Amino acid sequence: MSIHPNYSGKYKHKWLNLPPLMLSGLEPLIINENTNFVNIGERTNVAGSRKFLRLIKEGLFDEALSVARQQVENGAQIIDINMDDGLIDGKEAMINFLKLIASEPDISRVPIMIDSSKWEIIEAGLQCTQGKSVVNSISLKEGEENFIFQAKKIKQYGAATIVMAFDENGQADTYEKRIQMCERSYRILVDKVDFPPQDIIFDPNIFPVATGMEEHRRNAIDFFMATRWIRENLPGAHVSGGVSNVSFSFRGNNIVREAMHSAFLYHAINEGMDMGIVNPAMLEVYDDIPKDLLERVEDVLLDRRDDATERLLDFADSVKGDIKKKIVNLEWRSWDLQKRITHSLVKGITDYIDEDIEEARLQFDKPLQVIEGPLMTGMNVVGNLFGEGKMFLPQVVKSARVMKKAVAYLLPFIKADKTAKNSAGKVLMATVKGDVHDIGKNIVSVVLGCNNYEIIDLGVMVPAEKILEEAKKHNVDIIGLSGLITPSLDEMVNVAEEMEKQGFDIPLLIGGATTSKVHTAVKIDEKYTKGQTVYVLDASKSVTVVGELLSENKINFIGKLKSDYQKVRENYAKKKGVKKYLSINEARNNKYKIDWDKEPPFQPNFVGVKHYSNFNLTHLLDYIDWTPFFYTWEMRKKFPDILTDKKYGNEATKLYHDAKKMLQQIINEKWLIAKASVGIWPANTIDDDTIEIYVDDSRKKVLHKQFALRQQLKKTKGANNMSVADFIAPKQTGVKDYIGGFVVTAGLGIEKKLAEFEADHNDYQSILLKALADRLAEAFAEKLHEIVRQDLWGYEKDALTKKELIKEKYVGIRPAPGYPANPDHTEKIGLFKILDATKQSKVSLTESLAMYPTASVSGWYFSHPKAKYFGVGKIKEDQLKDMALKKGMDIETYRKWMSASIE
Amino acid sequence: MKTDIKDILERKILILDGAMGTMIQRYHLNEHDFRKGWFENHPSPLKGNNDLLSLTRPDIIKAIHKEYLDAGADIIETNTFSGTSIAQADYNLEKYAYDINYHSARIAKEVAQEITIQTPNKPRFVAGSIGPTNRTLSISPDVNDPGFRNIEFLELVQAYEEQVRGLIEGGVDLLLVETVFDTLNAKAALFAIENVAKQKGIKLPIMVSGTITDASGRTLSGQTTEAFLISMQHANLLSIGLNCALGADAMRPYIKTLKQKAPFYVSAHPNAGLPNEMGEYDETPEIMGKQIQQFLDENLVNIIGGCCGTTPEHIKHMSNLVEKMNNK
Repeated sequence: MSIHPNYSGKYKHKWLNLPPLMLSGLEPLIINENTNFVNIGERTNVAGSRKFLRLIKEGLFDEALSVARQQVENGAQIIDINMDDGLIDGKEAMINFLKLIASEPDISRVPIMIDSSKWEIIEAGLQCTQGKSVVNSISLKEGEENFIFQAKKIKQYGAATIVMAFDENGQADTYEKRIQMCERSYRILVDKVDFPPQDIIFDPNIFPVATGMEEHRRNAIDFFMATRWIRENLPGAHVSGGVSNVSFSFRGNNIVREAMHSAFLYHAINEGMDMGIVNPAMLEVYDDIPKDLLERVEDVLLDRRDDATERLLDFADSVKGDIKKKIVNLEWRSWDLQKRITHSLVKGITDYIDEDIEEARLQFDKPLQVIEGPLMTGMNVVGNLFGEGKMFLPQVVKSARVMKKAVAYLLPFIKADKTAKNSAGKVLMATVKGDVHDIGKNIVSVVLGCNNYEIIDLGVMVPAEKILEEAKKHNVDIIGLSGLITPSLDEMVNVAEEMEKQGFDIPLLIGGATTSKVHTAVKIDEKYTKGQTVYVLDASKSVTVVGELLSENKINFIGKLKSDYQKVRENYAKKKGVKKYLSINEARNNKYKIDWDKEPPFQPNFVGVKHYSNFNLTHLLDYIDWTPFFYTWEMRKKFPDILTDKKYGNEATKLYHDAKKMLQQIINEKWLIAKASVGIWPANTIDDDTIEIYVDDSRKKVLHKQFALRQQLKKTKGANNMSVADFIAPKQTGVKDYIGGFVVTAGLGIEKKLAEFEADHNDYQSILLKALADRLAEAFAEKLHEIVRQDLWGYEKDALTKKELIKEKYVGIRPAPGYPANPDHTEKIGLFKILDATKQSKVSLTESLAMYPTASVSGWYFSHPKAKYFGVGKIKEDQLKDMALKKGMDIETYRKWMSASIE
Repeated sequence: MKTDIKDILERKILILDGAMGTMIQRYHLNEHDFRKGWFENHPSPLKGNNDLLSLTRPDIIKAIHKEYLDAGADIIETNTFSGTSIAQADYNLEKYAYDINYHSARIAKEVAQEITIQTPNKPRFVAGSIGPTNRTLSISPDVNDPGFRNIEFLELVQAYEEQVRGLIEGGVDLLLVETVFDTLNAKAALFAIENVAKQKGIKLPIMVSGTITDASGRTLSGQTTEAFLISMQHANLLSIGLNCALGADAMRPYIKTLKQKAPFYVSAHPNAGLPNEMGEYDETPEIMGKQIQQFLDENLVNIIGGCCGTTPEHIKHMSNLVEKMNNK
């Protein structure tokens, strides 16, 4: 049987006059007429494996190697390696990883698939593999000329290649487009490039089915047919694809996904697909798929019935065992009281809560019993669902709102009743001195509040003395500290030391974006010996941690923590010894060099400072990067995929809808005002790390000196020890160079609305507004950078698409002082001064140099095409001393500022 | 007379020459021989840098080439095994890489042409010898830092391009990428050859010869013979083969693999056995000849010659065996 009407039976390789596809690592892999299917490992792909991404990001290459090793041990015949991620230097990561693999014969015995959307990464990969590899991938996307160029190079490097069914007009999504694009690609490769036909592997696009969209119904069947056509008509060519895509709409339901993968493979192999990226752990044996499930899966794959998707969805719900009763209208209002209260809490419905609570109050002797009884019963359901990953943070925050409303209703009665409130425990929460970020802290407060803990929230910028004073006053059981910027890490250490001095023994929780288990274990834990310090990853973890700390299991829990942190400290000490650092002078000698004659700096259209006093927010909407917004809500998936994600899809869509609605209100009702200050100045470096900024183009009078830290970690040959100063021309070259700077905010006026929401106990709206203000500020920074590139500096001639913007495809960078490329927060002071940003744009700096309003972004502009983002990483004592001297700062003060960056 | 080597290989087995180093030793040269006329004031010692002799004592190199041609070699190799700027950097002579290659090629070509005129039925060819250099792209020189490399692909390509340019401009007929112990190095050589071919519009036949280091049957960089073959197959080669490290007997199974799998002609130039306690190769022409006879009987090679320890006497012996074979 063939699915393709023009052919019959299973595909049999018919191009025996051509050589087989031969690949090699240390050992050969030959794909010929006897090969049924070659399984390509997918775990060493940062886009596909969160674990692998984390390992690469953290530079844990040894562990990353073990991921590769496991794949080979588990039977991968080729390993796909992909390092495309905005936060890592993909080229460097690819090179490093491939070089390390070369020394691991149990990995490098199999051929490598070099996977990247960036040609420079592919080429770098080809330069590191001795065997015959596979490039993944090239296509006609950017036109014939580019396609031919890349194919010729691949041939010269001696690799095979995957060719995507993609052309100038987009991806092939029908049978006709698939075969048309593949045939066109094939003819160019064979006729114009003289590419060996057997080294061409087509990927005719595996797209999801059962998405509910009419146009996706034929996604699988068209792939099958195209596969058959390719193998019958394009001599020697092979077919591959990423199989897990097909079941995308069933994320979270592995039973269905595994069945879909097996059935898909079964048919695809039958039609001639002979390679594929497959996770062997996500594969059911075709014959073991229950017949009823298989029938429904195949109905979908082969588009056999109009209601195939619905039938599979229904079935999917049953195999998942989820209770998904859709309650239409108000049937639930007729349920008994407890069920109604629980329903309101789980669904976040506030409309009936006062009414139901009043009914409950009349049933109980004391109003407090309503909280301890029905409300807590309901919140336990919420807590359990959250813990099991069946509810997500935005839902829980809404539940909390219902809870708060209920408690607020009861409060007057409780006060009148004079019975002491009996909570599960008291937790004090504060964002530490110098820091103003509180979204994360508020989320934790809400979640803990939901779990019947009494929260004493001291807000932001709370000094240690105040925290401890309040802790004593309220006799709290636990203190939780939050912070987002790096100087907060030091302040947390300070709080811990104060607690030790004052004889505290209650647990101390540490959380926030820059905090980490390593920092907690190494820097804080040992400072506070009388009580236990605990790093808390996110809000969902906070419930378990607090629960354990206040339970009878406390001793066991702390015992485990202590040994865990001890291990972390030991590993840290070991790693510290292993990493090799250069002296600052050696690092400077290995600086990044730009040939200023060959690539002179762009001359700006505008020099001076300019302010935007009320930027139109409407112009920012297209620049919003939504992915981090969902991260704020602990839904860690990419936008827009998250909206259709099996796990998060529903809630993400709701949240997105609410966000869009609020954005409209923000604009229509002028909730927020956006301001910005931007400047471009003549600048040159006067030594390896000092950028002199001049008043005017005569370059005689110095306006400000900016100091840039340099990487000191020993690099592999060819890699440089970077500093942003390398991107500015040295004074002695006589080259006229420039630097830009900016501060933007989108958070002015936010307090008024936040106060309103708080009065209404509406944490959901309050967090939503803060998160949106943050997004708008980031969008503004992106927009302003575009204005600078296209207009003020004026070196960018063509507009970029939004996708390219988010991927930072433009020329030039805008690193923020205090962040990886120059982790020195004190550099913000000068930037703000020369922009006059506090006066003009109303953004001020706290004592820890956090910006207020929090929805603000600042940075320097470097315009040179060679300028790129990087992380300075840890620095050594010699640079610290040298820099303190240059900056005219007391070494101990500077050390405190830089403590997070000192090795 | 211009004859295509491919046509000749259709018809008969060709003889490649033997070791250059072994022959140079016979002259008992001193430091001055390595400097003469070119490097009189060079600050560091140069003795042992055999490639320089093409510049300083061309008479000796010519004489050795002539001995091999007289012994019956159809193909002689230029004296350029270490003729890259990378290998020469050890002697601070990276600037002379081009000269070494150009002059080595000229000398070899001159002698080859002289002999071809004498024996027009047996045209002689010059293969430009391209060695692996002393650095490896796939192996870290630092055992404690497996990700470290002391050379990058494009640096090596650049050095090879210079060598190839010198060889071609000096007049070689073929290019021989030999003693490949790291396939990635050889890939860089092939990459460079293609670049130069494009620039100059000249495409010379390419021979590649790998080195299987021991009985594990793998190259130093870990590849099996077949994986090595697959990794080299993208270039349209004249021949693929093995040389060095092993004597003929030990090399035979891997040559057999190549013969079975390669879509190219197959070459072999083994050592004269394994080195003895003194580091000398002591297989006589007759002992080695017996093993070579087996290659011929099993029809394993199209090009046969010698590597370390082989001399014109060895080549003469092989030539006689091949002669008998070709006449059959």
